[in-house]
Amino acid sequence: MMANRRLAWGLLLPALLWTLTFFAAPLVIMGMYSLWQRVGMKLVQTWTTHNYQQFASKSFLLESLVNSLEVTATVTVISILLAYPLAYILAERVPARWQRLALVMAILPFWTSYVVRSYSWLLVLSEGGILSNFLMDIGLIAEPMSFANNRGATVVGFVHFFVMLLTLTIYASLVQLPPSYRKAAADLGAGPIRSFIHVVLPLTLPGVMVGAFLTFVLCIGDYITPQILGGNQELLLPQTIMMQISRRSDFPMASALAMILMAVVSLAYLACARWLKLDRL
Amino acid sequence: MNIRALPAALYVLLLYGFIFLPVLVLVLFSFQESRLPVPPFDGPSLAWYRAMLADDRLMDALVNSVLVGVVSSLVAVTLGFLAAYALARHRLPLAGLLRGLLTAPLTISYLIIGMGLLITFNSLGVPKSLWTIGIGHVVINLPLCFAIVYSQMGAQQAHAERAARDLGAREWQVIVLITAPMLWPALFASFFLSLTFSWDEFIIAFLVSRFDVTLPVEIWSMLRSGLNPKTNAIGSFVFLISFLFVLLLDLVVLRKRPA
Repeated sequence: MMANRRLAWGLLLPALLWTLTFFAAPLVIMGMYSLWQRVGMKLVQTWTTHNYQQFASKSFLLESLVNSLEVTATVTVISILLAYPLAYILAERVPARWQRLALVMAILPFWTSYVVRSYSWLLVLSEGGILSNFLMDIGLIAEPMSFANNRGATVVGFVHFFVMLLTLTIYASLVQLPPSYRKAAADLGAGPIRSFIHVVLPLTLPGVMVGAFLTFVLCIGDYITPQILGGNQELLLPQTIMMQISRRSDFPMASALAMILMAVVSLAYLACARWLKLDRL
Repeated sequence: MNIRALPAALYVLLLYGFIFLPVLVLVLFSFQESRLPVPPFDGPSLAWYRAMLADDRLMDALVNSVLVGVVSSLVAVTLGFLAAYALARHRLPLAGLLRGLLTAPLTISYLIIGMGLLITFNSLGVPKSLWTIGIGHVVINLPLCFAIVYSQMGAQQAHAERAARDLGAREWQVIVLITAPMLWPALFASFFLSLTFSWDEFIIAFLVSRFDVTLPVEIWSMLRSGLNPKTNAIGSFVFLISFLFVLLLDLVVLRKRPA
């Protein structure tokens, strides 16, 4: 048994070392960096909360977090409101043998490259693009106009992606719901609306919450969509982080912002923890 | 179809329209003849696909993406499988904690993982290359592979493993000849899922690369020149490849599994 246990550790070791070296250690190093400071072009390695104080006092840093939270909340709510009816219709109204195909079709654009997906929304929303062209054809606008480079465009790009994701998670929890539950509700005198509100909705809430949490985490950490579609009127937190790295080479400040982003995600996790079980993956 | 089904049908149609609109526009205008991928459509023409194939940087990036994807996915599946075997078949102290550590990267944004790696490589003086991108992609795919394989390790394989051991097989023979073949759908699924994620991953590759880049990073730098049908062409091409990955995964793995 002793030899066996040593063998088990041996098998586990490569994965463990990889995760510790290239995941855990870098996070610790980043945490240390966030408590150091860049002065001029030099890194000063004495402990200080300078970067965090800067975050609290410089309005454009704090604003980027607020912008991120606003955009993420908007995206999450709109995506759930659009995806739930779609998942419901797919699960309840579409004949069983078509459901699989309908679902595969609903998430097909999922498989376009992430960078390309934002770019293709630029094709739709930009000046002279499909949308502007269509609105001119039906006479709603006279001149070509641009719908890109603002917060609305960022939200559209995000919602497009997360409607697909949420449709999947909500559909999965809807098909797990035994039909007998609703029949029982009907037998006990509940109409379709009451049975939906008191039976279907609470029981599919875990699916909604898993999707909402994924939406929140992926959305608030994304750099590409706001960078391509959002223009430069306002920055989201990941854009501010990237700016600290690529324009200013201020790694301590970027690290502090990344720690703040991580803290926000952890808070979201704690808020939804009772619905999320990673074991069920 | 009765009158009550109409709003539902309309809703589905509208939402599918929303979901497909950008992809259709992307693919349609990849066949544009002129220099701008906006209406009116004046194709079909394959000119921009020819331009794409003639673009050496783009083709290098494509090869790099395949190399990084295949190698990093193989490493991720191997490490994930061995760890899953160790944790599922042996009682180890702190097993729950170890499982938590191995799956922890799933909960952290790619941006933060990439930044941590960038800072670490910088302070150690490790040069940025395809290797550093590959290291990052193993970090994000290892937890996925581990979780998938671990969840598929059931009692059925354990019985077969015990039988093999009783018949005198050594531990490595059990792993290679019994466990791995019995788990091949899970291993295959992990590999292709990793490949898909690596193939599409941008931010880590962007942060820890320098001269040799992967395809998403190269496409990113093409975007600086604005709207361009060549970007449509490579975008449609990437979509086709990703779609084939998924189709293959679906046909080989998911169909074989008893419902």
